[in-house]
Amino acid sequence: MKTHYGIYGGQYVAETLMPVLQEVETAYESARRDPAFARELAELLTDYVGRESPLYFARNLTRYCGGARIFLKREDLNHTGAHKVNNTIGQALLARRMGKKRLIAETGAGMHGVTTATVAALFGMECEVFMGALDVKRQAPNVERMRVLGAGVTAVDAGSATLKDAMNEAIRNWTATADHTFYVIGTVAGPYPYPRMVRDFQSVIGRETRRQCLEKIGKLPDEVIACVGGGSNALGMFAGFLEDASVRLTGVEAGGEGLETGRHAASINGGRVGVLHGSKCYLLQDRDGQILETHSVSAGLDYPGVGPEHCLLADTKRARYTVVNDEEAVRAFELLSRLEGIIPALESSHAVAQALRTAGTYPPDAVIVVNLSGRGDKDMDSVRRYRETHPAA
Amino acid sequence: MDRIAKIFERCRQEGRPALTVFATCGCPSPEESGELMAEIIARGADILEIGVPFSDPMADGAVIQRASDMALRQGMTLEKVLETAGHLRERHPETGIILFSYFNVLLQYGLERLTARLAEIGVDGILVVDLPFEEREELLPFCRANGLHLINLVSPATPPERMRRIVADATGFVYYVMVRGVTGTRDGLPPELADNLARLRAVSPVPVAAGFGIASGEAAHAVGRYADGVIVGSAVMRPAVSGRPFPEIRKEVGDLIASLR
Repeated sequence: MKTHYGIYGGQYVAETLMPVLQEVETAYESARRDPAFARELAELLTDYVGRESPLYFARNLTRYCGGARIFLKREDLNHTGAHKVNNTIGQALLARRMGKKRLIAETGAGMHGVTTATVAALFGMECEVFMGALDVKRQAPNVERMRVLGAGVTAVDAGSATLKDAMNEAIRNWTATADHTFYVIGTVAGPYPYPRMVRDFQSVIGRETRRQCLEKIGKLPDEVIACVGGGSNALGMFAGFLEDASVRLTGVEAGGEGLETGRHAASINGGRVGVLHGSKCYLLQDRDGQILETHSVSAGLDYPGVGPEHCLLADTKRARYTVVNDEEAVRAFELLSRLEGIIPALESSHAVAQALRTAGTYPPDAVIVVNLSGRGDKDMDSVRRYRETHPAA
Repeated sequence: MDRIAKIFERCRQEGRPALTVFATCGCPSPEESGELMAEIIARGADILEIGVPFSDPMADGAVIQRASDMALRQGMTLEKVLETAGHLRERHPETGIILFSYFNVLLQYGLERLTARLAEIGVDGILVVDLPFEEREELLPFCRANGLHLINLVSPATPPERMRRIVADATGFVYYVMVRGVTGTRDGLPPELADNLARLRAVSPVPVAAGFGIASGEAAHAVGRYADGVIVGSAVMRPAVSGRPFPEIRKEVGDLIASLR
């Protein structure tokens, strides 16, 4: 079935949402074939987002590691500071095409909320962002940004008061308001067609990277590395290389305090197949199928599920999924800041850490591309607090 | 004639809608929950929907979220829900019992094992909130093999053609979700309710019960004019999540059930 990826994906939602999903799918299929839609999207990605994003050769980092040349795909330089905007612009254009007047979104760290609020402002739409009450406290600056942009922020007290609860509440709101409201999902999870749609909008990352590699380096990379929470930046990157069997695809999950502690967010490495938020995927859950709270120093990776296509790529071994814990990620954060003058998002720092692990195993003519999915300005507080309790060795 | 069909036939003869009541199993506590459900049956419920608590009830409003949360915090599991269902079945052979759940909990238990257990206990059917028509093949063969109804849902958002497909081979009854939104009580009835129910009943091979938003006897009786059954959930669970002493909860719930008949 086209709504599934092997056994994963699907549309596990209440009946009230099924016709809504079908409406989104029909509209997306028509938009996708419409040259005018593609033109407007491309124009906004160029002039508003600032694409294409550079493929930067990190000389100092390469010298430090010894081995493969490390390149950074600079999604952190996009407007609003992360890859998220590639998708929100696409979905907002689709919402406008469908005649919807209101956008809603879930957000964890606040980045997807901020970009949704941003495009809502751009298109003159009403916007409401659902955010776990705990995250509202932890990410106060992003809450302010959303409010400045004109969005309402609704704090969600239910459950663990974090990202998954925000998503529950967004789905509840959408169920009641879908006639005039479009739900902008921020990652390649959720019910079909979202995994497909978000992947398509993010695949600009992989397409650009592939072309830039051929132009700048004259060859394809040996490995591309990206962090995986729900998995949108990784899938956007992988999408450019799926057909290139020689390119190793590596996704990096958040190991939190370590897989063995149970306090992590590594769904593929530490979860079992289950159903949450409309899709079947690897899921962090207890024996009875209740969803577990997740832990990661990076709020953007703090999600118990993962996109269905990643689950299939893991099973077929086309991509491999590794785990980087909090400490290793924070070290990579500090190292990249000092060596290259680039402060990465804590999410992206997981991918940088993986590159630090493997670069030395490659010969000097090898090429690794790290998807630097976002900038780290938002993480100053998180890193300071982390270092207060976990001093650098 | 199976138990569910008999219930609707009996109610039809009595000239009233079948009263279907949802209760989250394990709320206000695992021990009291069975007693509360027995009271619900004693005071007039024809069919009981036993709710399996889930950590992320995305189709439910505040009351049932709270009920689910209270049950889980006190260690409620599907295994214990099945035990409760078994006790109720022994004592109430004529009451319809439907297991009401989100899919993941059932999936983790094992669908084959679950449906065999349900048949053995004497549960009449399963309703899975987040298993729409498109995904039901995952569960339906196991239900059929064990003689269980898989209850289908239709909502005001369901287009006519889709509605026909959904109810074509329905068994048991069809659950009509009266409003676009999550569970929870609401004031007044949606204006299109009578028309929608008439259209649905015209194509459904089995009785149609309507729910979502019914809070009072008055509302239940009004809906009952257009449906074969009425379903009440949040209004029943509201006292159960109030934190008041159990005898008070039981009395309030019991009186509500009696007023719904």
